[in-house]
Amino acid sequence: MGGIEPFASQPIDRAEHELSEFDKRVDALVNLLSHPSRALMRVDEMRNSIESLPPDEYDRTLYYEKWIHAVAEIMVAKDVIGEEELVLKLADLKEEDGEEA
Amino acid sequence: MSGDHHDHLHTHDDHAPVGATEPRPEYARLERAVRELLIAKGVLTAEDIRKQIELMDSRTPAMGAKIVARAWVDPAFKARLMANAKAAADEMGVDTSNSATVVALENTPERHHVVVCTLCSCYPKAILGVPPAWYKSSAYRARTVKEPRKVLAEFGTSLPEGTEIRVVDSTADMRYLVVPMRPAGTEGWSEDRLAALVGRDSMIGTALADTPKN
Repeated sequence: MGGIEPFASQPIDRAEHELSEFDKRVDALVNLLSHPSRALMRVDEMRNSIESLPPDEYDRTLYYEKWIHAVAEIMVAKDVIGEEELVLKLADLKEEDGEEA
Repeated sequence: MSGDHHDHLHTHDDHAPVGATEPRPEYARLERAVRELLIAKGVLTAEDIRKQIELMDSRTPAMGAKIVARAWVDPAFKARLMANAKAAADEMGVDTSNSATVVALENTPERHHVVVCTLCSCYPKAILGVPPAWYKSSAYRARTVKEPRKVLAEFGTSLPEGTEIRVVDSTADMRYLVVPMRPAGTEGWSEDRLAALVGRDSMIGTALADTPKN
């Protein structure tokens, strides 16, 4: 990001923001999964996943949204979670939320 | 908020606020799905997550302030802090066992350090807690390396022209703790009283330690 436009011409929003419960849970998942006792992900893998987002998606995605995207991608890539079971689980939750699966 | 989350994708500000708002529904579901699957598989437990969040909530810049105050009053501790900040933090009861290397940087009248992470948001969380939203913002990360004096001025920190500003870029493997200058007029103060002058931003380098109020 060093010196990169348009960011280098933008004002810094200095407002303080509390973390949401979602933010905290995602942060906890990353810490637990990357702890040496599990060693299921590393920060470089997370960055690789986040930086592979298309630029427009990157821009509109919140900080911890990017993190959970990376966690899911890495867990599936390492077969800790099966891709199919994740898709099924998401469909279930979507139905629970009252959206068309 | 509108029930149609697509509104969110077409706001005037293309750069979403960081850590500020609730996630979009698909990301909320993704977190729940991943968490529940990991628990079902025994990779981690709900209790692990609860304890990890408690630990996060317990970590505040007050820990860093205690370390800085000790360094101000105890030259031997300061020498240990400058040599190995993690070990010095451990001495003060701060658990840094799962943290990357931490390097302490001393601010002096000749040289002021300010920390940024241009790549992402690396921060000494074990010592300072979670970083402020602005530290993670694209603007802070882009501008601090380019015009540090102007950025510092926006934070209300104006340094003499003669003071060199050294911008330090954090990485995944190395984090930085700035040791601000001890304010004048604090001779003989207790560590607790001194620690109250050490704000979070002074340990990132965007601010100075507070000056004592009469």
